[in-house]
Amino acid sequence: MSAEQEKRDYLDVTGGWLLKLRDWIDARFPMTKFWNEQVAQYYAPKNFNFWYFFGSIALLILVNQILTGIFLAMNYQPSATGAFASVEYIMRDVDWGWLLRYMHSVGASMFFIVVYLHMFRGVMYGSYKKPRELLWIFGMLIYLALMAEAFMGYLLPWGQMSYWGATVIISLFGAIPWVGPGLEQWIRGDFAVSGVTLNRFFALHVVAVPLILLGLVVFHLIALHEVGSNNPDGVEIKKHKGPDGIPLDGIPFHPYYTIKDICGVIIFIAVFAAIIFFSPGLHGLFLEPANFIPADTVRAPADIHPLWYFGPYYAILRSIPNKGLGALALLLAIAILFVLPWIDRNPVKSIRYRGPLYRWLLFVFVLTFIVLGYIGMQAATPFWAEIGQRLSELYFLFFVVSWLYSKPRSTLYMGISFTIVMVIITVLDIVTYVPSIATVKIYSWAMPFFYCALFMLLPGFFAKLIEPKPVPQRVTFK
Amino acid sequence: MSEEIDKSKRHFLTVATTVVGAVGVVMAAVPFVSSMEPSARTKALGGPVDIDVSKIEPGAMIRAKWRSRPTWVVQRPPAVVAELPKINQRLRDPDSSEPQQPSYVKNGWRSIKPELFVVVGICTHLGCTPLYVPQPGDPSVGPTWPGGFHCPCHGSLYDLAGRVFKNVPAPLNLPVPRHRYMNDKVIRIGEDPIGSHSSWKEPLIW
Repeated sequence: MSAEQEKRDYLDVTGGWLLKLRDWIDARFPMTKFWNEQVAQYYAPKNFNFWYFFGSIALLILVNQILTGIFLAMNYQPSATGAFASVEYIMRDVDWGWLLRYMHSVGASMFFIVVYLHMFRGVMYGSYKKPRELLWIFGMLIYLALMAEAFMGYLLPWGQMSYWGATVIISLFGAIPWVGPGLEQWIRGDFAVSGVTLNRFFALHVVAVPLILLGLVVFHLIALHEVGSNNPDGVEIKKHKGPDGIPLDGIPFHPYYTIKDICGVIIFIAVFAAIIFFSPGLHGLFLEPANFIPADTVRAPADIHPLWYFGPYYAILRSIPNKGLGALALLLAIAILFVLPWIDRNPVKSIRYRGPLYRWLLFVFVLTFIVLGYIGMQAATPFWAEIGQRLSELYFLFFVVSWLYSKPRSTLYMGISFTIVMVIITVLDIVTYVPSIATVKIYSWAMPFFYCALFMLLPGFFAKLIEPKPVPQRVTFK
Repeated sequence: MSEEIDKSKRHFLTVATTVVGAVGVVMAAVPFVSSMEPSARTKALGGPVDIDVSKIEPGAMIRAKWRSRPTWVVQRPPAVVAELPKINQRLRDPDSSEPQQPSYVKNGWRSIKPELFVVVGICTHLGCTPLYVPQPGDPSVGPTWPGGFHCPCHGSLYDLAGRVFKNVPAPLNLPVPRHRYMNDKVIRIGEDPIGSHSSWKEPLIW
């Protein structure tokens, strides 16, 4: 008896009608073929650790956002006169409306937490490197679409922070030479942010961007399944296949990782539910107090800042006391992530085999991003603007150092790079010198100096610090 | 008829069809893109508004709304107007060279009547509404503060004629809208004074 016949007999417990239905569909639509190719016979490396939970959790949150969003839209009114009241109506009068709304608003923040962890995983294990560059770019496009989605969604409650946050961000487009002011008015559809803007943001938030987002997620998954998953060792499992053509270090995604991911999902849902039920605003971090006041078009709140997930970019924008250059720096901070696969050209993928200093480099980058996020939430004092400027420098220096670490460099090469970077930073300091914050500027100069000394000068003299360790042929377990 | 394929003809037809198709797509996009411009109703609602300025006390400011923009009228005492030229060297554009106002207010005090200052209260940096801080040396700004407008969002500073200071994020002076005096008591925002033709279009930023 053949293996296939055995399997059929085993499955044939229902009297055969379910199997017949499957065969009937398979003759007309590649259902089983698709399931096998994408799930049951998609071989993923067997050494995934917990960092690999976040992709499937992100997908779960996307489903959560779409589902709760549909039901919120049934009671929400996208007009300047009705929006704020309709959100309160959902909260107070619609059965379970408060839960749907908190699932949606907390879900938005959780989406960014999970996506940031997912991206960090990719950076840590070099998952953007060949042959996964396009996979990374599709991921970045998802991140971009997500930012647009979150920004437009945030206008919908029509609170003070909704209104003024949108005013500030839309006015960034005004910084574009020539077309800026016209573009700004076109985006708003009015002379200032108004009900017209709210109405179109609603359309974009519930129809246009979700469609783009879903399409990009499909592309992201197709690209992933084409090249195969990376893993914590950064080794290509497809290089070592058994006689049956299956990677020796691969296990079928289903049932192994579907079951494992459910464990991650359970932990995630516990955290998600705890926030929803105990602190949906998370002390002003997920829902800002100023947004519980209806939008006032002639009076801005004392301090306008975006939600936490835009904090780092907002801090970069504010750190430069020039509108055009600030907007450019913001744009660059996001754009540079797109080309990361071509900046970090080191053939070793995983942080496990990249030498001790790379761990510190990545740690400092994460710290920089978090502190920038904190600064983005603070009032714009000259002190924070100055520290923000220094941290923006460190943000961009990460990419410079990543590029330097692409291959072995001589002491002279590292020394010259160090000198060039420090001269540029010092000249910028002199050009932008303002007496009122001179002390902060002079002391904080130590930040880029020590950063460059540690990550450029030191490995220039002790190349061992960034020398890659031998990468194993097969995956390992830690 | 020849069996041979005329490749250059095929190439020409492919390119020609693609170009015509692309032009069609661009033309078809026009209604969609144009529908997002301010509609006739939005433009009508953005028409001129009248403000009664007779009851503003010296040093006080009133807030009106024009085109959903905060539009302010400040009653500046003559002493304040006299102080304006003294801080010129601390300002980015003290002579109002940038087209942030109609030509008839391009003077040292940026208004038709020196004591009544009309301005749109939107910071030229990122569009917040600045605060009116008329007291010199107000602790919320600093001891060297001559009085003016302070944007709490990103720290931009303007003097009492809406002129921007140096070394702040905002690039331009606060915009002064078109306005004219209907009589001694009422100002109409959104129209030029009769007889004064202004070729001025719109401020760069507002």
